[in-house]
Amino acid sequence: MLSTRDLVLCALFAALLGGLGMAPPIPLGFLPVPITAQTLGVMLAGTILGARRGGLAALLFVLLVAAGLPLLAGGRGGIGVLMGPTGGFVLAWPLGAVITGWLAERFASGTSPVRLFAVSVVGGILAVYAVGIPWLALVAGLPIEKAALGTMAFLPGDLIKAGVCAFAAAAVRRAGILPLHA
Amino acid sequence: MLGLYLHRDSAVHRLPAGAKMGGLLLLTAVVLTLPGAWGALAAMVAGAALLAAARLPPGRVLRDLRAPVVMLALLFGIQALLAGTGWQDAAIAVARFAALILLATVVTLTTRVMDMVDLFERLFGLLRPLGVNPAKMALMLALTIRFVPLLGDLVREVRMAQRARGVERNMAALFVPLLVKILTMADDLTAALEARGYDPADTGSQR
Amino acid sequence: MIELRSVTHAYGDRPVLHDLSLRLEERRIAILGGNGSGKSTLARLLNGLIVPTAGSVSVDGLDTRRDGRAVRQRVGFVFQNPDTQIVYPTVEEDLAFGLKARRLPRDEIARRVAAALERYGLARYRHQPAHQMSGGEKQLLAIAGVLVLEPSHVVFDEPTTLLDLRNRRKVIQLVRDLPQRVVVVTHDLDMIMDFDRVVVLEGGRVVADGPPAEAVPAYVERLG
Ligand SMILES: Nc1ncnc2c1ncn2[C@@H]1O[C@H](COP(=O)(O)OP(=O)(O)OP(=O)(O)O)[C@@H](O)[C@H]1O
Ligand SMILES: [Mg+2]
Repeated sequence: MLSTRDLVLCALFAALLGGLGMAPPIPLGFLPVPITAQTLGVMLAGTILGARRGGLAALLFVLLVAAGLPLLAGGRGGIGVLMGPTGGFVLAWPLGAVITGWLAERFASGTSPVRLFAVSVVGGILAVYAVGIPWLALVAGLPIEKAALGTMAFLPGDLIKAGVCAFAAAAVRRAGILPLHA
Repeated sequence: MLGLYLHRDSAVHRLPAGAKMGGLLLLTAVVLTLPGAWGALAAMVAGAALLAAARLPPGRVLRDLRAPVVMLALLFGIQALLAGTGWQDAAIAVARFAALILLATVVTLTTRVMDMVDLFERLFGLLRPLGVNPAKMALMLALTIRFVPLLGDLVREVRMAQRARGVERNMAALFVPLLVKILTMADDLTAALEARGYDPADTGSQR
Repeated sequence: MIELRSVTHAYGDRPVLHDLSLRLEERRIAILGGNGSGKSTLARLLNGLIVPTAGSVSVDGLDTRRDGRAVRQRVGFVFQNPDTQIVYPTVEEDLAFGLKARRLPRDEIARRVAAALERYGLARYRHQPAHQMSGGEKQLLAIAGVLVLEPSHVVFDEPTTLLDLRNRRKVIQLVRDLPQRVVVVTHDLDMIMDFDRVVVLEGGRVVADGPPAEAVPAYVERLG
């Protein structure tokens, strides 16, 4: 059963995803696309809250986007965006958070940034791409290899985010706050 | 948080959220199963008709549609140029989804966020046998809506504080204080909910 | 009446309140003390938000450990930061929150919410997002959200700390006019000058207890 604190944490992390979408994206010069931190929020939800609560946080967020709140970076939202070519990359967030969280609970419950990085990559990048790329191919009538190739433009940014997530989650764990199993 | 909803006095606006979502689902199934471009054409006509019936300003709708449609067109153009053959299939896919995005946008623009959230809550009620607690889902959705602007402020604030200390573009330096702050908020908020009599063991069967 | 019997409270193995026995029966009681002296811990014990590690707390004879739910119905609690007390997006919905948690009938909820909107001057904000209100208005809403539950006691933990002068006065006036029994944790000496009793804590022990004219100077002296 979800405790009051669980409910609150899920809602706050869902709101964090929205809050990150409201901040202007961070241009990193050497990358072709500016970084929005929202997918980092997904990785953090998984690594810090675990599979159940992290997945729930991402689900709440996606539901509110579907309900018509402009919570995606750039003030976008609504069902149309979710059904659009990049919609799969957002619809996959609950799954991504669950997988990140599941892996984190088993293999990265300590303060090792390397392990935290690895689980963020698998859950926050691979799982999300595994849904987003076929979706893109389907919607845009693209061959899947081309959809995958196009997506690679986002890979460097996403890897940086996994690194930031690993660093931040490790620091928070070292400080002994927000325990994964509590 | 007003959402993307655009208020107009129209029959489309007055339709219940459940009917609109159900209709959208049905049309999606139809469009994706009808052979060739017929489904796309039908959906396009339906979308345009609904748009007119809803008295939505076309300019605003086009603005909302611009990003996904431009992207679709671009992707299609590149393909048609590069691949040459098979462009008809791609054209059909693009037309289908462009039409569906139009329909979905009409639903979003004509349905209040709270009506959609109410619909979700009723749907969660159906999942009760699977252990889903609709009252808890409803509370979490409301809390999220309440806290999005606050976390937006918090993100900005922490970013500003880092910048003031000369730390630019360091996302790690942004997230640690942000997470610490979220934890404090979680403690306070939990206490406030319980002080007002919220009991998580309550099944909430009344609502 | 709230009664503490030999209350000790520790976080982990660190005690922060030591063997406190108090009968709180006056109508207006203030709790003073330096930072970390245990004021918030004491306040949270009063409505069962936390239960003591040793000893007991009771409200009108109800034990906070055994009858937590009934105690919380009797004792309302207002915190320092309004931002983490308002839980629903709009004013009207937030006022209804505690009433819904108590499973009151719909029309009763509507009636009480409407009355509270009027009484606390929130009617014109009714459908407004809480986020767009000023700090003082938010604190008024937070207080209204507690009072709408009609508790017999209200505990305030530094309710004016984040407010400007004008909103501080508003909140002080509101507290002064409350018909309920009130316990206020505060650093705001203006607020408590006409209170019936002032309890001063230091290091988790009561170091002064009496009418403001006696206890406040003792407090000021200790801090200075
Ligand atoms: N949840 C907690 N876990 C561990 N220690 C805590 C917790 N809450 C408070 N403490 C510690 O207990 C002591 C008393 O804290 P309390 O919050 O009761 O003090 P206070 O008098 O309200 O202080 P302030 O004036 O700063 O609000 C402090 O040393 C504090 O660090
Ligand atoms: Mg305190």
